[in-house]
Amino acid sequence: MEIVCPAGTPAALRAAVKAGAHTVYCGFADETNARNFPGLNFDRDEMRDSIAFAHDHGAKVLIAINTYPRAGDEALWHRAVADAAKCRADAVILADIGLLAFAHQNFPELRRHLSVQAAAANADIINFYGRTFGVKRVVLPRVLTVPEIAAINAETEVETEVFVFGGLCVMAEGRCSLSSYATGKSPNMNGVCSPASHVEYHEQGGQLDARLGGYTIHRVGKGEPAPYPTLCKGCFTAGSKTGHLFEDPVSLNAEALMPQLQKAGVTALKIEGRQRSVSYVSQVVRNFRAAVDALDAGRAMPEGMLVRLSEGQANTTGAYRKTWR
Amino acid sequence: MSQPLDDIPIFPRLPARFLRVAPLAPVALALNRLARRVARSHPSMFRRMGPHAHARFEIDPTDLPFVIVIEPRGGAPLVALSRQPKPCDARIAGPLAALLGMVHGAYDGDALFFSRDLTVEGDTSAVLALRNAIDAAELDLGAELAEALGPASGLVRRLTEFGERRTGVALSRHEEIETW
Repeated sequence: MEIVCPAGTPAALRAAVKAGAHTVYCGFADETNARNFPGLNFDRDEMRDSIAFAHDHGAKVLIAINTYPRAGDEALWHRAVADAAKCRADAVILADIGLLAFAHQNFPELRRHLSVQAAAANADIINFYGRTFGVKRVVLPRVLTVPEIAAINAETEVETEVFVFGGLCVMAEGRCSLSSYATGKSPNMNGVCSPASHVEYHEQGGQLDARLGGYTIHRVGKGEPAPYPTLCKGCFTAGSKTGHLFEDPVSLNAEALMPQLQKAGVTALKIEGRQRSVSYVSQVVRNFRAAVDALDAGRAMPEGMLVRLSEGQANTTGAYRKTWR
Repeated sequence: MSQPLDDIPIFPRLPARFLRVAPLAPVALALNRLARRVARSHPSMFRRMGPHAHARFEIDPTDLPFVIVIEPRGGAPLVALSRQPKPCDARIAGPLAALLGMVHGAYDGDALFFSRDLTVEGDTSAVLALRNAIDAAELDLGAELAEALGPASGLVRRLTEFGERRTGVALSRHEEIETW
């Protein structure tokens, strides 16, 4: 199986390639991608040079243009697709139907992947994207069990890519309005979930408060692990009860499920974390490349060492094993 | 409870006590020279910071008796040391080894935050911009210092390596070995 690794900067891309990434995904430094954070992403020259570096080392580069174009500003997204082709990207990762149509009509040679932001979760819709827009691969939303993924693969020729490691969303990808509700900005339209400009931390006596858009969304005591400042991971008190309303602050780690995912017909394994450092990228990619190689060679998979890199310092297999059903 | 990352070394108490009374001006002078040198060799770092290249950062090594105030000033950086907290746009606090390890790619900033080894306050956008710009620049302060000292560079490199072996602190950047 192919491993698809994140890169928020050219340095992270080089680190991913050196650590054994088959493929790296990244984005331009603007609202066209879902990790539009300060100091992150690639300008056009960096993208061209980084793709050349990856190709020289036998790796591929996918460019995420996976936010939804704003009415009247479509040109920004169209330019991103055109520049991705110019930079010799191996594929673009798109979510918006209009943008898929634009890419299909104007850059038919540029391979198209469907972003997780499109939330395509059954074979009918995936085949529709394949037939209508020539989509070659779909990144499946993190709502499916392994048997459901196998059922999809049995009914489609479109390749499937699934997340195996990193931050989790509330399983309504492309449709989540929580960040927008608190800050006016969302991952879907602006490429930012919980934009840093709206995040404040206060630590007093070892107790850490996180505020988003002025709302206190969680408070952790001395020595307790801290989560990302997203509403979906918020801890709220209502009446006499305090708890995580939407989901616990844990990271996905489906490393142990890789053999089952391979049997389910999955083509590629995706690692989340374009906002993370070179150090994270190196460690996670090295770990997963070793696991994939062991799996392909029929050897026992090496034991992972990634829990300390995880949000909340805790891992879950998420929807792949729906223990709550 | 959170797990600290890989037993981050803490600056020894005795020399830290000495630093409570030692003059800070020579250290500030050396840091300013180093910062200007880094600015010359990594101009893209300031471009990457965008508007935050004009913010004022308090870097607080929590195991040292002073804070470091850094003003990137769009590529003409100014560094000051102070025994008292100073008004700044953002504050980043953690053990010196964690801060140096982050600069040299030995630690992941988010993981340090999850484990509570790192504290962030103030303008979170500015902090993210600084963190991402430094990470992208692949800084090597040990190498910069060695090159700045010209004829003594060999000695500085050996001292850096010795210091890293003895303390476990990432005083320089170690090139990633290509695995594949």
